[in-house]
Amino acid sequence: MNPVLRRELVAVAGTEQIGPYTLLRVARGEIDPGVPGQFFMCEAPGRVLPRPMSLCLAPAGELAFLIDPIGPGTRALCALASGDLLHILGPLGNGFDLGVERPLLVGGGIGIAPLPYLSAALGEPPAILGFRTAHHAEAAALVPNAEVVIEPTYVTAALPDDPGDVLACGPEPMLEALRVLFPSAQLAWEAPMACGYGACYGCVVENDGHLERLCIEGPVLRAA
Amino acid sequence: MTSVPLLNGSGCLDALASPEVAQQLDAFVTKTITPLQREGNPRARIAETEHGMLNSIGLQGPGIDRFVDNALPQLAALGVPLWVSVGGFSADDFSEVCGRLDNQDVVGTIELNLSCPNVDEAPETSAELVAAARAATAKPLYAKLSPASSNIADAARAVVAAGADGLTLVNTIRGLALDPQTLRPKLARTVGGYSGPALKPVALACVFACANAVDVPIVGLGGVQTGLDGLELVAAGASVVALGTVLFTDPAAPARIRAELEAEAGRRGFPQPGDARGVARKTAELQQF
Repeated sequence: MNPVLRRELVAVAGTEQIGPYTLLRVARGEIDPGVPGQFFMCEAPGRVLPRPMSLCLAPAGELAFLIDPIGPGTRALCALASGDLLHILGPLGNGFDLGVERPLLVGGGIGIAPLPYLSAALGEPPAILGFRTAHHAEAAALVPNAEVVIEPTYVTAALPDDPGDVLACGPEPMLEALRVLFPSAQLAWEAPMACGYGACYGCVVENDGHLERLCIEGPVLRAA
Repeated sequence: MTSVPLLNGSGCLDALASPEVAQQLDAFVTKTITPLQREGNPRARIAETEHGMLNSIGLQGPGIDRFVDNALPQLAALGVPLWVSVGGFSADDFSEVCGRLDNQDVVGTIELNLSCPNVDEAPETSAELVAAARAATAKPLYAKLSPASSNIADAARAVVAAGADGLTLVNTIRGLALDPQTLRPKLARTVGGYSGPALKPVALACVFACANAVDVPIVGLGGVQTGLDGLELVAAGASVVALGTVLFTDPAAPARIRAELEAEAGRRGFPQPGDARGVARKTAELQQF
């Protein structure tokens, strides 16, 4: 549960270009970085709604978000510069269960965003990451011990027969494939959301035959 | 000296998921309750636009039985006055749900959602739906109207004549957003309810027209982002202000807007925000001469 829902005004500490993505670093202040897989609602300058971003890294004194500039909100976030101010709200939702014995991280595209922080929390376990192009795959440098595949090869082709405890985030087809293969996997899903704290009912996903709010029940869900 | 109570717009806050947000309000308005459980519409359910957002949730909810058994006791424990939004697809639906709420002491007010843009409309007129609800409960009834009405003052007169004790103005207005690449609708159900900053002038016009037409309290909502936005709705004739889309971006909006509302009123010489009620109407009357 989240203690008090209050946006905090934070300053951009810097941005880094990583392949086609931008790593947005903000000053952390007193904000709790939360559990890997949790997310923050980040104010997108000039836009009506904030954007949900899972925490990518929590370096000393900072929070960092990996952002793919695919629309007006994410482009506005990627255009921020050092010293710019933005509101963030979080950490929100349910992150990964870290009580795993043989973790294997699986990520696809911008879905690798929560994996660097997760990797640090789990002692840098092995990871398998898939990307559309070599340019996108530059982001693999953020995840230690990663094996990288590039389309047309998919991550499912690189998985060992007995992968252990799968913790994954990526595009829906990838997560759907993993859900079928590994019923005990922990999968971090994505959905457009207006609020991030259960108010708007915009981010529902089907879970146990019912539509559930991803921001409340997830974003990390068990495969089965 | 009159204060201006702050509510949330129905469907814009889940008090059980975030009680500390609801507890900033003078009353909490539930998501619309229908006779039966509803899964709501498929996703995508929301889409941002340049000056607002569209939603197509489709009245997802537990149905009246589970609401009364499970949610109502928990809502009562929050200690915030409770308004229950009621919806349905026929006069019988409104009658049934209002009848079930009538003996629930914790329910202070019933708001009739006569204007959801995301589900099929009841065959009866708004006045007939209000009359059905009126016959089923003695609780205060607020009729929530659509801004898309061709003559909202007439609609207001009709629902007040049918027994509404107050008005909630306005619901969202139907809108469409297209994906710029594919030129296909962003929402699964194509159209949705448009809300956010762009709705404010529409809400102001509706409140202004209805305050001239009927003598009942009005909850003004639509595009309120700041205390000054709320004060404008009061000046147009609202005595209560509700917050909708702004809650999605700022869960601390009620406390912030309450403080801003008082400061903006004071700056204009009003001891309390409510003392500005109807000021826009008086000015308009003067300008006619």
